[in-house]
Amino acid sequence: MDNLLSITTFIPTLAAAILAIFLRGEDAAAQRNAKWVALTATTATFLASLFILFDFDPQNTGFQFVEEHEWLLGLKYKMGVDGISVLFVMLTTFMMPITILASWNVTTRVKEYMIAFLILETLMLGVFMALDLVLFYLFFEAGLIPMFLIIGIWGGKERIYASFKFFLYTFLGSVLMLVAMVAMFSDAGTTDIPSLMRHQFGSEDFSVLGIHIVGGMQTLMFLAFFASFAVKMPMWPVHTWLPDAHVQAPTAGSVVLAAILLKMGGYGFLRFSLPMFPVGAEVLTPLVLWMSAIAIVYTSLVALAQEDMKKLIAYSSVAHMGYVTMGIFAANQQGIDGAIFQMLSHGFISGALFLCVGVIYDRMHTREIDAYGGLVNRMPAYALIFMLFTMANVGLPGTSGFIGEFLTLVGVFQVNTWVALVATTGVILSAAYALWLYRRVVLGDLIKESLKSISDMTTRERAIFAPLVVMTLLLGVYPSLVTDITGPAVEALISNYDTALAEAHAATQVADATQ
Amino acid sequence: MIFKIILFAPLIGAIIAGFGWRVIGDKGAQWVTTGLLFLSALLSWVVFLQGAHQDDPVHILTWIQSGTLDTSWSIRVDRLTTTMLIVVTTVSALVHLYSMGYMAHDENFDDEKESYRPRFFAYLSLFTFAMLMLVTADNLAQMFFGWEGVGLASYLLIGFYFRKPSANAASIKAFVVNRVGDFGFALGIMALFFLTDSIQFDEVFAAAPELAETNLTFLWTEWNAANLIAFLLFVGAMGKSAQLFLHTWLPDAMEGPTPVSALIHAATMVTAGVFLVCRMSPLMEYAPEAMMFVTFLGASTAFFAATVGLVQNDIKRVIAYSTCSQLGYMFVAAGVGVYSVAMFHLLTHAFFKAMLFLGAGSVIHGMHHEQDMRNYGGLRKKMPMTFWAMLIGTLAITGVGIPLTGWIGFAGFASKDAVIESAFVGSQGGYAFWMLVVAALFTSFYSWRLMFLTFWGEPRGDKHTHEHAHESPNVMLIPLGVLAVGAVFAGAIWYGSFFGKTNEVVKFFGGKYGEPTQELVEAVAERSPKASELHYVMESGPGEAAIYIAPENTVLHEAHYVPTWVKLSPFVAMVLGLIVAYWFYIVNPSLPKRLAENQRPLYLFLLNKWYFDEIYDAIFVNPAKKLGGFLWKRGDGNVIDGSINGLAMGIIPFFTRLAGRAQSGYIFTYAFAMVIGIAVLVTWMSFTGGAE
Repeated sequence: MDNLLSITTFIPTLAAAILAIFLRGEDAAAQRNAKWVALTATTATFLASLFILFDFDPQNTGFQFVEEHEWLLGLKYKMGVDGISVLFVMLTTFMMPITILASWNVTTRVKEYMIAFLILETLMLGVFMALDLVLFYLFFEAGLIPMFLIIGIWGGKERIYASFKFFLYTFLGSVLMLVAMVAMFSDAGTTDIPSLMRHQFGSEDFSVLGIHIVGGMQTLMFLAFFASFAVKMPMWPVHTWLPDAHVQAPTAGSVVLAAILLKMGGYGFLRFSLPMFPVGAEVLTPLVLWMSAIAIVYTSLVALAQEDMKKLIAYSSVAHMGYVTMGIFAANQQGIDGAIFQMLSHGFISGALFLCVGVIYDRMHTREIDAYGGLVNRMPAYALIFMLFTMANVGLPGTSGFIGEFLTLVGVFQVNTWVALVATTGVILSAAYALWLYRRVVLGDLIKESLKSISDMTTRERAIFAPLVVMTLLLGVYPSLVTDITGPAVEALISNYDTALAEAHAATQVADATQ
Repeated sequence: MIFKIILFAPLIGAIIAGFGWRVIGDKGAQWVTTGLLFLSALLSWVVFLQGAHQDDPVHILTWIQSGTLDTSWSIRVDRLTTTMLIVVTTVSALVHLYSMGYMAHDENFDDEKESYRPRFFAYLSLFTFAMLMLVTADNLAQMFFGWEGVGLASYLLIGFYFRKPSANAASIKAFVVNRVGDFGFALGIMALFFLTDSIQFDEVFAAAPELAETNLTFLWTEWNAANLIAFLLFVGAMGKSAQLFLHTWLPDAMEGPTPVSALIHAATMVTAGVFLVCRMSPLMEYAPEAMMFVTFLGASTAFFAATVGLVQNDIKRVIAYSTCSQLGYMFVAAGVGVYSVAMFHLLTHAFFKAMLFLGAGSVIHGMHHEQDMRNYGGLRKKMPMTFWAMLIGTLAITGVGIPLTGWIGFAGFASKDAVIESAFVGSQGGYAFWMLVVAALFTSFYSWRLMFLTFWGEPRGDKHTHEHAHESPNVMLIPLGVLAVGAVFAGAIWYGSFFGKTNEVVKFFGGKYGEPTQELVEAVAERSPKASELHYVMESGPGEAAIYIAPENTVLHEAHYVPTWVKLSPFVAMVLGLIVAYWFYIVNPSLPKRLAENQRPLYLFLLNKWYFDEIYDAIFVNPAKKLGGFLWKRGDGNVIDGSINGLAMGIIPFFTRLAGRAQSGYIFTYAFAMVIGIAVLVTWMSFTGGAE
């Protein structure tokens, strides 16, 4: 099939359209239909994406399954995947059916809710597949809207504040990215991403308003993209929207946000920042590494002080994303392999942790840690699942959480031992906050009257967790499933990056010599 | 194949017991795990006695592969592995068996409603699996897997009584303090990979001589690579083996059921650090400064823990501090470069300490979970078998034997004297040696104090409990008996293999021995004239045998020729300790109390464990919590959100209006505005593009 990527991407949209046009009414039957349509569509998307995975050739480091069509206004519709993006596509299609299943108890505006999630899936898939700058931008920014609505309509009490903050942050980043994109287009004369990756953007130093800019255009462009991706990651200190957004989002919204949306920033760094602005990246690497290390320690400490389960996990997410940016900007095989691995693994683990919160939130309607305690007495299965993902979250070897942390740390140690040292303290702090959370919620005697009749997980809930448990353990024991696919692409990325840097350095030396 | 069975039998047992107990029942789960463990133990003895040694590891599955980083799940087969295999599987199998009796009734759970035993046995087997992964690893990543895996099992088992707040606190403390050690371990692995491009043992060992010549820029300055890496790895060992500064979790770990303390916190897991140092001996031999630190810290721990053990009243805590102290002995032996003796003491200690713990468990079981020794007394007649077992354990740990023969005596006699003699040579009769001798005196005192308080004298405390005190069932006494055999004979049997002539030891560990150079012989003769007859040194290179002893490292040889007073000193210390304990607790039982009152500050200092917990709480735990709160409220709240809000609300009036809109709830309008905005921007962009 020539347009496998488009089919995969637009199955959810099709389903959303069907829901919007044909489904009428708010009764129980209509709600059930909406859920089933959404579940079927997301499952079909997952099955379609399996074809991509099976036909994917890891040894080919170029883009595969490429589709290219003329589109409106002289723009191009171009899609394709490579070893870096294909697994993010898989992550998205894998998580969506789980997300839909996790929303089975939604009762308000079910149809719109499902439409929002289906559209969101299309947009997220588009981000990972787009090979045209404008197309990427469209998917990237439009993805905000359904998420914004999910928080704003189905969220908690403070949802307006949270969605506003979410918007404001991401919007400010996007504006700068847009400016950089315009500049890129005027410089390279194309919006084709593979061509842009080959294009050399100017890297001669210059001064603006008396400020000397090392790395010139590349540094400025890098910074503009950085503004957008850093917010999306999110990196310290532009992370404060995330805890609020998570706390207010419904469970499924949190799962998508943590598992997939946060990965767009990391993907953006790998697709744009490193290959297109290598000199800019090199200039700013120390800054990014330190921001990552600070993020790990800072947000882990903040997580220690949380009283709200979702906030705690949100801060823990920021810390884990710190490993990702650290690995990416270590710019070596272990670092980037580890960063991709960490993103995928974090998708499963943090998704599962938010689902864990969802399970008891559905029963008690509170996220206060103090409202719980001793759940193991009545919910042994839940205690087991929560324990597994707590351990995965603290990076216990044997779970996927370990591989990413380990590889990124190994990667960064080769570049900057101070950053490696500071970041490694994260393994101590994560154990402290995660186990303390577990203790306060699950362990101890069951004293609180309100919890006396709480029930263990239902079959549906167990079914939701099963695939996540499998993936977390499977990738922990046999990580080659991921690294075999990412390895060659990452190797190519690094060798291009190093070549580009070498050329740029040589050019600078020539320029210096002629002066 | 045989190795795979040894390794995976416990895992299979854990899975069957953990998930299949509803099908096979409570008893079934216990028998399956115990049976599989005995199978493992049996096969381990077979491979140990065969002296199995393979040059190529048994490959199971590839693991982390990224660029030049290449690790796999595999089994390294050599003498260190097989020694650890017998220690781990034997003690574990016996503890499984013992637990059938010990856990038969537990007042922390409701027998009617709760099925806690399969969980307990599953955890025990899971622990054993992780420990076996640790000792069979052929690369540092797999070792780290086992390392953290035993940490997990330890966490689960310390917190087994999950309703007790103290148990939950202790389990978290154990995990987090171990993570502090792992922090160093992980950095050590990173540094090794950075320099040698591998974390495979064979390749790392081959690169060890080169590392000694390499400098590594780490943090603010340059370090000798071998010393730095050895030090970082040792930080990991400090955490796992509860050495000074990272020891605080071990006494608290006694919150777990007693069989757990015997298996994990005495015989096996806590010795993982010693194993690590011995495993890394090819690197350690090139890291003299780091090894001096190992020796210093081991000696300090041996002394420190022994002083605290003198005054504890909880029977399990006494033994816990004793464990901590004995681990210090092992590190001293490794630190002075006599790895075989470190392993020797590890082996004998596993037998007698497991027995002491299981014996204590038997007492606790018989006394209805009373653990305070002040409430014991006169139990000799009520629990004769337990008494004899504990007596043998005490004779072993205090090191009873015939002086100057070296090996005729209880297990602890042979190995502890070997440690002390090695320490004398290694530290030139200095700090480490004296610390260990003093610690031997204290060991003897607190061990006999435990015996006298428990089994001699009049019954104290609750009358009712004493009336119902009973001997434990056979299922608990049999393991004691087996361990007693080990505690009596292990030292004498393996004395030659671990602390014999250099050629014997080298051969036992699978290496080749050869002639020393003339200069070396002369140098040794000059240093210690009695030891002039140096015939053999190790010829195998780093990593070719299970341990590596550099040719210049003749401590093992010289330790046999120390002055007679040195050889006698541990014996004298032991006798002194016994006499003082006898005086204090049999002849004049009111004396300890008076002494404690006279020397109140010292007594409190020891009773409160040198105030380590209080100090750590004050400088680490509480500030971390406070800092977390501060960063959250002030950093995130005031500074970051404050400036964002300031930017949005104050400086740009446009956003103020938007904000007003948003807060009045017109979210759809708002989203719509966004779509329009994006559309406009894209249109503009495409037109400017078209213009070119």
